[in-house]
Amino acid sequence: MSTPAIGAANARRSGHDQPSDYKRIYVWQFPVRLFHWATAASIVLLCITGFLIGHPLNAFYAAEAYHQYWFGWVRFVHFTAAFVLMAVQILRLYWAFAGNRYANWRHFLPLTRAQWEDIENLISTEISQIRKQERYHMGHNSLAATTYFVMFLAFLFQTATGLALYAHMSDARLTHIFNWIVPLLGGDAGVRFWHHLFLWAFVLFIIVHVYLVLYDDYVKGGGEISAMISGWKFKRNGNER
Amino acid sequence: MGQTIWQSMQQKGYSRREFLQFCSAAAAMAGLSQSSIGQVVSAFETQTRPAVVWMHFQECTCCSESFIRASHPTVADVLFDVLSLNYTETLMAPAGFQAEKSLEDTIRDQAGKYIVLVEGSVPLAADGVYCMVGGKSAEAILQTVAKDAAAVVAWGNCASNGCVQSAKPNPTQATPIHKLVDKPVINVPGCPPIADVMMGIVTHLLVVGETPELDDTGRPREFYGRRVHDTCYRRANYDAGLFVEAWDDENARKGYCLFKMGCRGPVTYNACAVVKWNEGTSYPIQSGHGCIGCSEAGFWDNEPFYQHLPEVPGFGIESTADKVGGTLGLVTLAGVATHAVLTNIRKKSVIAEQHRDDPKE
Ligand code: HEM
Ligand code: SF4
Ligand code: SF4
Repeated sequence: MSTPAIGAANARRSGHDQPSDYKRIYVWQFPVRLFHWATAASIVLLCITGFLIGHPLNAFYAAEAYHQYWFGWVRFVHFTAAFVLMAVQILRLYWAFAGNRYANWRHFLPLTRAQWEDIENLISTEISQIRKQERYHMGHNSLAATTYFVMFLAFLFQTATGLALYAHMSDARLTHIFNWIVPLLGGDAGVRFWHHLFLWAFVLFIIVHVYLVLYDDYVKGGGEISAMISGWKFKRNGNER
Repeated sequence: MGQTIWQSMQQKGYSRREFLQFCSAAAAMAGLSQSSIGQVVSAFETQTRPAVVWMHFQECTCCSESFIRASHPTVADVLFDVLSLNYTETLMAPAGFQAEKSLEDTIRDQAGKYIVLVEGSVPLAADGVYCMVGGKSAEAILQTVAKDAAAVVAWGNCASNGCVQSAKPNPTQATPIHKLVDKPVINVPGCPPIADVMMGIVTHLLVVGETPELDDTGRPREFYGRRVHDTCYRRANYDAGLFVEAWDDENARKGYCLFKMGCRGPVTYNACAVVKWNEGTSYPIQSGHGCIGCSEAGFWDNEPFYQHLPEVPGFGIESTADKVGGTLGLVTLAGVATHAVLTNIRKKSVIAEQHRDDPKE
């Protein structure tokens, strides 16, 4: 089933794997890669511009207000990035049903025993490093996929609160669909507070996500980073996952 | 009673010319166009003086204080003459049983025609003993009065949202009117609402004879459709990124945007920057102080007022969203760094193991 990566006896026995032991697999299709990098770019932009909207800097001086508009541009970037983010999330949602097996929605909801067993395994090996028998995953591992689902919920919350704040600046009916959240959170002030607090969910995610991707490359040699650019991964013969 | 508005004005010595002036002013206040003045005139020639009862529950009377300072004296005077203000604890001449009788008479004789203006919230805790008038609880009075009312208006933040009495932990269980009355309530929030806004709404009810267009939370769109921030004259400074950093700094003197001083303009729907206060003299931001969001639900709980975001509940004093988030971020970074160190130690042994059988150079 799983190919031992670190500290496994059979890895030593076979010495270096020969090139013929590997096969190229097209794992991340173009829509997935597009989604990934567009999401990454827009979330980073949203976090930076969002933080600035909450904590404006007196960055530039002008004798008259009409000489500059930089804070207006910060908000413009925030809104543009927000719409890019929303668009690619919808694309990805579609692709969770239309894409290949690695993109399928089933990965993201831990509904089966096998997924929970995989999560348990990941926590005891890679996260806490108690056990050493690590698994190699061709697509998402169950822990990562579940985290992505949680982040999707966080995205939905940011979309609801963000659009609720945006609605009064727009006549487009579509931006008004989350207005019902305003009284629930205690008015616009409450909406802004929660929208600001959730910024940190994304910051925490970025720290852990970037670290784990580097970890995967550094320790397991899975080629995660290049795979998210090219789409290709290598499959060792005999590895079913 | 039974008189039309025009008749009662004639009786008080108004000329036809003054009557027509009043009609145009009323039409303007109700947000009607020039061409509908004729409609107003004929309405006032035929309508009887509408009976109004003004209820006072848990409040500070700042709404009444505001109302009597409306900046269009002609309209204000005439409205008081025109309205048949049958009951209002603070302004009426009768007292005691006499006063209660005029309320009962109005409810009985004008059923389905009178207008109820409510100032203050209704306490529900302890069977409503926190606010009793004439031996009856505010809730009981409200239900009696509202039952046959043609329209119910909630004056101010107390009646619309509960205001300071309902601030956490809300000991008297102060409740806004719209949660208690099962008919549409016109919410006119503000602490107090702007006098001219109040006058505009009453005028609209009289002139057009129906409720003005309301938003999702029952506020008239014409006055609460936009944020203070959208109409603020300092907005250009906001967009230019020019902010006041301290109350007495150079930027404050230049009139820069008060966002960093906790201005609630961006989250507050009110007409302050347009209608202004005290006969159009000024409004808080024009006087150098940020908006505190007095027309928003729960604004007392969004403390501190001189800080952009409220504190994170449950995390103690001075715990802003960024302090909580930033601390979590640092903890995460530390965790990741520890993991990285452990991983590096482990990787050494893995590499050594992998290459144990390699031929020596
Ligand atoms: C990763 C996602 C996002 C993050 C981290 C984020 C972060 C932030 C932050 C920190 C603020 C400042 C809040 C304050 O302190 O007042 C803000 C404001 C805002 N955000 Fe977002 N945001 C995100 C997504 C969105 C989305 C999807 C929308 C949808 C249109 C949106 C619309 C807005 C609006 C309208 C404001 C208020 C700006 C203003 O009134 O000038 N945001 N955002
Ligand atoms: S002073 Fe307040 S309302 Fe005016 S632009 Fe600045 S933040 Fe907005
Ligand atoms: S500026 Fe804000 S706090 Fe001041 S009166 Fe207007 S809504 Fe209330």
